[in-house]
Amino acid sequence: MTQHLSEAEAAFEKRKLVIGIRMTLIYSAVYAGFVVVSVFQPTWMGVRALLGLNLAVAYGLGLILVAIVFAIVYNQLCRVPASGAAPGAQPGAVPDGGKQEK
Amino acid sequence: MAIAVFVIFVGLVLAVSAHTSRRAASVGGYFVANSSIHWGVNGVAFAGGYLSVASFLGICGLIAFFGYDGFLYSIGFLAGWIVALFVIAEPMKRMGTYTFSDALNRNFSHPGIQLAAGLSVLVVSLFYLVPQMVGAGVLVEPLLGISHYWGVIIVGSVVIVLVAGGGMTSTTYVQFFNGGLLLTFAAVLTVAVLFRGVSPDERPLEEGREGLESYRYEQVAVTIEGGQPRVDLPGARNVGRHAVVDANTGAETAVFYRLSRLVPAIADGDDGYTAEIKGRTPYFDGAAGSGWRIEQLDGRPHVRIEDWWRLMRGADGSEVLVETQYRAVMPDGSVLINGAPDSADNRLRQMGGVSAIPAEIGERTGPVGPLRLLSVLSDRSTVVQRPLIANFTTDAGERMTIHYQEPTAGSEFMRPGLMFPLEASPGEPPLTTLLNRLNFISLMLALFLGTSALPHILIRYYTVPSAEAARKSTIVAIAGIGLFYVLTMYLGVGAIAGGAINPETSNMSAPLLARSFGEVLFAMISGIAFTTVLATVSGLIMAASGSVAHDLMGNLMRRQFSDHAKVLTGRLVAVVVGVIGIVLGIAFRDMNVSFMVGWAFAVAASANLPALLMMLFWKKATAQGIIASILVGIVSAVGLILLSPDMWVRYGFDPATAPMPINQPGIVSIPLSFVVLVVVSLATARRNGTGAVATTR
Repeated sequence: MTQHLSEAEAAFEKRKLVIGIRMTLIYSAVYAGFVVVSVFQPTWMGVRALLGLNLAVAYGLGLILVAIVFAIVYNQLCRVPASGAAPGAQPGAVPDGGKQEK
Repeated sequence: MAIAVFVIFVGLVLAVSAHTSRRAASVGGYFVANSSIHWGVNGVAFAGGYLSVASFLGICGLIAFFGYDGFLYSIGFLAGWIVALFVIAEPMKRMGTYTFSDALNRNFSHPGIQLAAGLSVLVVSLFYLVPQMVGAGVLVEPLLGISHYWGVIIVGSVVIVLVAGGGMTSTTYVQFFNGGLLLTFAAVLTVAVLFRGVSPDERPLEEGREGLESYRYEQVAVTIEGGQPRVDLPGARNVGRHAVVDANTGAETAVFYRLSRLVPAIADGDDGYTAEIKGRTPYFDGAAGSGWRIEQLDGRPHVRIEDWWRLMRGADGSEVLVETQYRAVMPDGSVLINGAPDSADNRLRQMGGVSAIPAEIGERTGPVGPLRLLSVLSDRSTVVQRPLIANFTTDAGERMTIHYQEPTAGSEFMRPGLMFPLEASPGEPPLTTLLNRLNFISLMLALFLGTSALPHILIRYYTVPSAEAARKSTIVAIAGIGLFYVLTMYLGVGAIAGGAINPETSNMSAPLLARSFGEVLFAMISGIAFTTVLATVSGLIMAASGSVAHDLMGNLMRRQFSDHAKVLTGRLVAVVVGVIGIVLGIAFRDMNVSFMVGWAFAVAASANLPALLMMLFWKKATAQGIIASILVGIVSAVGLILLSPDMWVRYGFDPATAPMPINQPGIVSIPLSFVVLVVVSLATARRNGTGAVATTR
């Protein structure tokens, strides 16, 4: 793949990859925290935490909502810079040269 | 009405297949819809294909039966998409064309990788396919009144026509259709649950008996004298006792008495009688030799029945006997429900409900907001009537299943612990506590890492035109699936709070919740359950079809095939895999569906993900290392499941003697697969003098 990209495109791809790995690690840590509390301090999960919800419900719903927010943030961070080349659409990766459907 | 909705949905699916079949003539058209699907459509199709029956009905049922522990599946299933988005989506699209083995093999051009990856796709697809087909039969039976056998055949046939005819394009649009329906329907049902609120007094209508109020289990005062219960019920005498015993302490956690008693009967025909038992009116054959005793009491006929009552403490602290329900399979094979013959007029009643809410709220909450509902249900003053089961065989050889309700505080119901016993109970050996915790960690690990390696998810990256579209469609999928999983919480707690629980199967919780709001919603959920099976199964068959035609066939036969031959093979494989799915769906009818879904996740996480991640991020990965990792992942994950305590029970052995002490293999098989890849790669890199040239750095 790299051999098809210009230097600017390769740098952009690398930046995206770094962002993706960092966000994965952050989310993994939050997820691991949930598992650790559930396993080693399960009674904490019954404590009132936020908006009348106990920690289990607040943390669980939070993990889902954080995933959605992370996804949107990641997409914003990965938008092609106005001055940069447009990586992504790759000639030859579309079998039969199909036309995008709406 | 449910049948009409079902027929309409079948018609729509077949119309889609016919309409899209023209576009499935070429290789690109058949296997990846010419990579021309819009990212928005692809994102919703991701959701429609991923949200299987296990997600839709299974999780709702688990939440209804086990409270928060069911929701853990929602969290794990969604969290896995983060891995898919951040590290898998775009590289997969850039590096592959038809299947994920393209991407794996991009830097190596090694036929062994294509074979191993193709084999892995086939194995995971089949493991995932079978429970979907079993689920189709299990659901169609009560929802549409069709037998399991015919349910599987109909669903399998429609899916074969859909996939063999329209290929990936028709599969995509059916998944898109299903994703939209699931999200809309779950939102409508959630709004209905919030409007109903929580009330200990009001119950929805009972299933199947229009106008009949949900049954309230009676309780009678009891005194225990010399081990015998004394109750004020007509002609009552104790004829049996059973206790559920804590395995660690030996304490009796639930005690049941079997009472023989008289129930008023009404003559029905020459020798027949009907009697009202738990709100049902079963028929009794009163003829001599029938086994039923008709006795006169106060000048009126009564039928003598036996039923089970649970010994509990009443609100004032005195001892009471509380009604339960039971199913008994007698030594001659006949079946009794609640002491009367099994029949269409005498089925088990729905269970569940909330028997108390915080005093400051009053008698009922009325319509509530989404956070308020969860807050009320997780309050320590709230009491949820949780359905439980006691299975045993009497000395007379009767196989008993007692269904009883366990009053559970909301604060306990809405936190982890009811399905996964993470907290050490009194007298529990430290090793048992450790194994319970490892089992839980293993499950959460497999859910987190398994999602992004499922074959029917991976092939969807190739149906969009660019890596950017792959990323955007994954984001749409995360938003849609995340929203849906939040809604599953409301469907699950709505089912238990509304007393809409079929005690014999958790899978019926969401449909019965829908029925409690009227027949229209029940008909809708029946149709959607069908499209849910169809959407997932069609994706799996497409993945299997692609792996055989693209990865296995050419490599095994060591020759190049024309595009026409590949499409023809793909269609034939779709038919063959569909037929295998039908046969296994019928053969595994009694197999627990969640077992095999767990297998699929564990195998995908163990076989595919280590290979994918290391190929992307480790320069020293070699073709031999990747092949070894995939094969070891498949064998170790499947092997450990086959040696697990749950499987040992199915073989008829003592689960304590199982070679694998926990049921979830991921905590062993996933790291093992990584280790094998590293060791083999390092060993072969020295021999080959080269490793992979990573493509994304």
